[in-house]
Amino acid sequence: MNAEADRELRLIAVAKRAQGDQRMDFFFRSLTASAAWFVLITLVGAMLVMFDGGREALVEQGSKFITTDYWDPANLIFHGLAPIVGTLLTSLIALLIAVPISFGIAVFLTEVAPAWLRTPIATAIELLAGIPSIIYGMWGLFVLVPWLGEYVYPWLIDELGTWPVIGPWFQGIPIGIGLLTAGFVLAVMVIPFISSIMREVFLTVPGRLKESAYALGSTRWEVVWDIVLPYTRTAVIGGVFLGLGRALGETMAVTFVIGNANRLGTLLEPGSSISATIANEFAEAFADEHRSALLGLGFLLFVVSFIVLSIAKLMLKGMSRWEGKR
Amino acid sequence: MSTVAERLYLRRRIVNGVALVLSGAAAVFGLIMLGWILWTTISKGAAALGPQLFTTATAPPGEPGGLANAIVGTLTICLSAVAWATPLGILAGTYLAEYANYTKRGELIRFVNDILLSAPSIVLGLFIYTLIVRPMEQFSMFAGVLALGFIVLPVVVRTTDEMLRMVPTQMREAALSLGVPQWKVTTQVLYRAALSGITTGVLLGLARISGETAPLIFTNTNNQYWNFSPLQPMSNLPMTIYEYAKSPFEDWQQLAWAGALLITVFVLLVSVIARLLLLKNKQSHD
Repeated sequence: MNAEADRELRLIAVAKRAQGDQRMDFFFRSLTASAAWFVLITLVGAMLVMFDGGREALVEQGSKFITTDYWDPANLIFHGLAPIVGTLLTSLIALLIAVPISFGIAVFLTEVAPAWLRTPIATAIELLAGIPSIIYGMWGLFVLVPWLGEYVYPWLIDELGTWPVIGPWFQGIPIGIGLLTAGFVLAVMVIPFISSIMREVFLTVPGRLKESAYALGSTRWEVVWDIVLPYTRTAVIGGVFLGLGRALGETMAVTFVIGNANRLGTLLEPGSSISATIANEFAEAFADEHRSALLGLGFLLFVVSFIVLSIAKLMLKGMSRWEGKR
Repeated sequence: MSTVAERLYLRRRIVNGVALVLSGAAAVFGLIMLGWILWTTISKGAAALGPQLFTTATAPPGEPGGLANAIVGTLTICLSAVAWATPLGILAGTYLAEYANYTKRGELIRFVNDILLSAPSIVLGLFIYTLIVRPMEQFSMFAGVLALGFIVLPVVVRTTDEMLRMVPTQMREAALSLGVPQWKVTTQVLYRAALSGITTGVLLGLARISGETAPLIFTNTNNQYWNFSPLQPMSNLPMTIYEYAKSPFEDWQQLAWAGALLITVFVLLVSVIARLLLLKNKQSHD
């Protein structure tokens, strides 16, 4: 009689516990799910909120906002062509410098350097990525700008300034501040990102492929150029796009060295970029039109970064698929 | 007279030699840049180092001042940002690794998280400005903490997700077969196994925001005085460095370099600790 009741009680306890576990399982799962959806909502929400903030500039001005070069806070006229072109040009310069150098670093670290040297150099280059961008800005302004203004810019103006076609881009007063300087600082900042991705994908090339080429008598360079690079092409482009995404939105380093002059000029004259304009003028933007124009620029920057980073993600996804196949 | 084959071979060897030397030059370029930037920061920053840096608050130019309030403010802001973003990031990462792995929505959220990870930080600052600062009509430490947290969040999500997926499936199966409910498996078995990896993510997030300036311009701004209210701007190192470096005053510029040195040392230290932890984690899994 007693044993019977005891068993019953125990069964009830077990059932209760199972029920409690089930409830906790459901609760924990919902908790993690809502946290995950929160991440998604953040991105969508950020885009909507910024579009709303910049609506005045984006909708009312329409295409004029991005095709006209006239930025005049005193008269409350805000057409954003100059900062948009500045962002694109500085990022382009950054890539022109950073891509070959990153490629060189990746080749050096995977094919050329002796094994004991690879990890320390790779770590050192990656440390570059950890330095806060404001430090890059200060170094750019106090060290790089005077040096460029003294030695490099006068030479560029004398040599390239007289060339046909590209000559007009290289004219101006050599003060060392401008789009070219900003592009160079950006290049140094994105090199660690691009080179570490290139290095990683170069390491995924099957040894058999490279050894076959060596067995046929290829030189190291031919193996890199004809075997490694074609095999990893998609992921390499993905890495370049990731670097571009970084360069487009970089703010503090650019603000220091670009000169913050909101008009189109040559590469050697003070200019501006979207992020630099926002960072530089936001504190003084009291008029609604001004804030709206800055938020509109921010929205455009967000959309372009989103597209560029999506492309990078999709191209790098190919890499993990290959990895899975090996 | 050399044959065509010999000349071709010579040409290939020259191309090879030039290319390999250039690749070495690229690596040297990277190292020089690192050395140059670090040297500039150390040599200019060390000149202004001293005890007054940590004991005196920021002062008008010409008066003896330090960075005490900025240092305390930066630590407060960054740790608060990490404090709200870490639990949320761990939960979201858990969902991706444990409940939504190999599903479409899991892939979607992972994709969005990776975009957020590389998105320009200035955009997150503008987002919080429009969402919080403009309606409240007040720059505040609270808004700055929110903005910086959104930079930490994707880092923690990603590392948690990756680290949990690295935990062997057998561990889950062993625990489940003992009748342990899944939430207990996750919180008491998997989290323990992935602890050092998740800590790495949190440290990397901290390293990323401690020098972050752009989002603070629109959310927290700066304060030259001591402030401990979350509804007022709090002084912080990056904004102080930004303002001081742009100023024409010599003593302010020196303080800016000292602040830059402090941040760089802190960031590099935290990244090195994170790296060592990651190494340990990898070894324990191997």
